[in-house]
Amino acid sequence: MQDWEVVIGLEIHAQLTTHTKIFSGSPIAYGAEPNSQANLLDLGMPGQLPVLNKAVIPKAIRFGLAVGANIGRRSVFDRKNYFYPDLPKGYQTSQFTYPIVEDGGSLDIEVDGQTRRIGITRAHLEEDAGKSIHDAFPGMTGVDLNRAGTPLLEIVSEPDMRSAQEAVAYARKMHELVQFLDICDGNMQEGSFRVDSNVSIHKPGTPFGTRAELKNINSFRFIEQAIEFEIERQIEIVESGGEVIQETRLYDPERNETRSMREKEEANDYRYFPCPDLLPVVIEQTDIDQEARAMPELPDAKRVRYQENWGLSQEDAQMLTASRAMADYFETLVDLTGEAKKAANWVMGDLSKALNQDGLTIDRSPVSAKMLAGLMARVDDGTISGKMAKQVFAAMWAGEGHADDVIEAKGLKQITDEGAIGEMVDRVLAEHPDQVAAYQAGQEKMLGFFVGQVMKASKGQANPAQVNAVLKARLAQA
Amino acid sequence: MAIEKQDVAAIARLSALSVGEEEAGQVAGKLNHILDVLETMQSVETDQVEPMSHPLDQVQRLREDRVTETDQRERYQRIAPAAEKGLYLVPQVIEQV
Repeated sequence: MQDWEVVIGLEIHAQLTTHTKIFSGSPIAYGAEPNSQANLLDLGMPGQLPVLNKAVIPKAIRFGLAVGANIGRRSVFDRKNYFYPDLPKGYQTSQFTYPIVEDGGSLDIEVDGQTRRIGITRAHLEEDAGKSIHDAFPGMTGVDLNRAGTPLLEIVSEPDMRSAQEAVAYARKMHELVQFLDICDGNMQEGSFRVDSNVSIHKPGTPFGTRAELKNINSFRFIEQAIEFEIERQIEIVESGGEVIQETRLYDPERNETRSMREKEEANDYRYFPCPDLLPVVIEQTDIDQEARAMPELPDAKRVRYQENWGLSQEDAQMLTASRAMADYFETLVDLTGEAKKAANWVMGDLSKALNQDGLTIDRSPVSAKMLAGLMARVDDGTISGKMAKQVFAAMWAGEGHADDVIEAKGLKQITDEGAIGEMVDRVLAEHPDQVAAYQAGQEKMLGFFVGQVMKASKGQANPAQVNAVLKARLAQA
Repeated sequence: MAIEKQDVAAIARLSALSVGEEEAGQVAGKLNHILDVLETMQSVETDQVEPMSHPLDQVQRLREDRVTETDQRERYQRIAPAAEKGLYLVPQVIEQV
């Protein structure tokens, strides 16, 4: 890309997991009937006063501590004024001059084996707006205010990213972090985690170029594509003597292009001022200490521990920490079985496959970690073979009960009795004299045939390792 | 700093208010009068004063994260100028994207 340097900063809106709105007692369940969760305050009716939801503060503190930022000990809500029908008050309550999470934070990302530290400028609390429906009513706009007042943490990065890959790596890492911190459910389809990208280009050593903002893209793949397209577009403009204008652009994944969202509303002037309806939020050191004590182990630390203590590969450690629920499940399984590698194989193998097939997340798995541990124990003590275990797992998945119930019901107990196996082996060898002769003439691959016959005779219940051993011994004697 | 007619026009656009040409002149005059008052206040020595966002020396009271509101949509929409399918209807405000 010649000698243009790309400069990207991200603004991420993470919806905080609460039961009610940030300033009112309305519920915030997703997908409810339009306006059924909008009370007088959410509608912007005069005379209503906001009261801050207690639950958002510890979540913001936890985030600030996790990224190593300074916590705003006295943060102030401001009014960000703009006109739009899904914002009936005429202003968004946000934080401007004194945010709850101040400077000093950062997040390390890895791209192509290189670690880079991305600065976090700040993070502040604010309310979400409602939704406008533009195309359903001729000449009119429909407004649904259920989402109005949903608590958001807006996380603003420094313009530290230099490629679309870095931007996506940062967004993914942040997505993972907020879920591990249990402050946001990370559901991008439902808009719980939204990424706005500020993209500009310049020649190194010269001031930053004018940026364009790419808004509300709801998948990591599209974020990467949108930024790639935007970089190309800006380079083309500048190289043909034009000028990039500051504007908001929408990404159209079907055409893989960005388009101007609206004619630039002249220099957005939000006329911020402190909200007189809300007093400053004061955070005591004890509040911060409490969150520090409750801080969960973060994904980077988990990955190191999985590799160093449990001998897992980097790829496995990465996969097993894909979500906090996944890591919790895996760790419970290891605690119960003491077998990290086998546990990893089950979680990434049959369990993940079944989850994918049924479109479930691991916290909804019909087979709990405890149930899976029960199954692994039966393989471990030789009751069933690895192959039978897969069958038992499928039955457990289908709701047929615990491992022991399924083994009992299906009569799946593995035959490990040397005498019984010996009898079956003798019978098979007696029935196939030609194949025995062939084996003894040097066709050693016949062994597989005998194993198959014995397994068949045992209805798959003989221990295959023992069958192998007994067969080899008998054939050597014969 | 004096407010000109075009400043009034810009503010009106941001607020989605319709202010006529003639009216813009009057509004500019009124706003300039307010600015004059502020100008006077600017001359007060404030170097030693800590900026204050709120006049009360108190901190925010907090609310438990518990649902206290019930669905009152029927009642609220009865007084809305236009509502359909549960949505509040307003004049279309933006150009089609």
